[in-house]
Amino acid sequence: MIDSIDRAIVKATQDGLPLVERPYHAVAEMVGIAPDEVMARMERLLEAGIIRRIGLVPNHYALGYRFNGMTVWDVADSDIAEAGRLVGGLDFVSHCYHRPRHLPDWPYSLFAMIHARERADADALVERIAAVLGPLSRGNLVLFSSRILKKTGLRL
Amino acid sequence: MDKLDRHLLNDFQRDFPLVPHPYAALGEQLGMSEAEVIGRLAHLSDQGSVSRVGAVFRPHTVGGSTLAAMAVPPADLERVAALVSSYAEVNHNYQREHRLNLWFVVTAPSPEAVGAVLADISARAGLEVLDLPLLEHFHIDLGFDLKWS
Repeated sequence: MIDSIDRAIVKATQDGLPLVERPYHAVAEMVGIAPDEVMARMERLLEAGIIRRIGLVPNHYALGYRFNGMTVWDVADSDIAEAGRLVGGLDFVSHCYHRPRHLPDWPYSLFAMIHARERADADALVERIAAVLGPLSRGNLVLFSSRILKKTGLRL
Repeated sequence: MDKLDRHLLNDFQRDFPLVPHPYAALGEQLGMSEAEVIGRLAHLSDQGSVSRVGAVFRPHTVGGSTLAAMAVPPADLERVAALVSSYAEVNHNYQREHRLNLWFVVTAPSPEAVGAVLADISARAGLEVLDLPLLEHFHIDLGFDLKWS
């Protein structure tokens, strides 16, 4: 788990690392610890999987990926692990989650996010997920975003 | 945006160096100076192509979060969308094409605090909020190949 210093590092970096020559030194100053400790702790958080990655976070929408589709699939609870493994392994799926269904209106339990520059490309990606799932999917929907109302990094 | 910008954007979505001068390390791989890397990144941020340079955290490791959805009557959408976006705990808020037309992510220091935000939004909007917390994630997020064409 993470302690209060780790939390302070998360808080200091959630808007991104500063674009200065020595960004970890700047973070260290904000948190009040040594720069080496900032780097060592971030390394440890990476190894523990708490930080998934450190890097550039591109704004897909600004780069032309206008079709942001939330694909949702009705998968039996007994099949969810297998379905998640199959869909989570597709390189064009940016996020793949199991979420609770809310019957009767919302039977969908597997969520997979896709991004495309054209509507036809997005439709083709949905087809590929459907093909991979085969009979594991009992129904699906794609909800495209018509407007991004707010998007920021993690907030503590 | 030139070829070097594209490399910057695509090639460093992970394994950003944990060294005292990380931008100099990127510059070494791309054949440019530390100052040029910083300048290009600042420009890409200003024009909106880069959201940020930094860590992507696994969900649920710091506090709690959930995905929530609401079916908002079209006439009420602007008011409710603005209400939802006004919460500091809401970091993503999307309008989507479905009867459930407002989808947002709530992140807070604890699961209880997440529940309190949902209850507050529901009361103030006068609408039911569907709570769809993550039960399991199946994808290791390693970034996304931008496939420049």
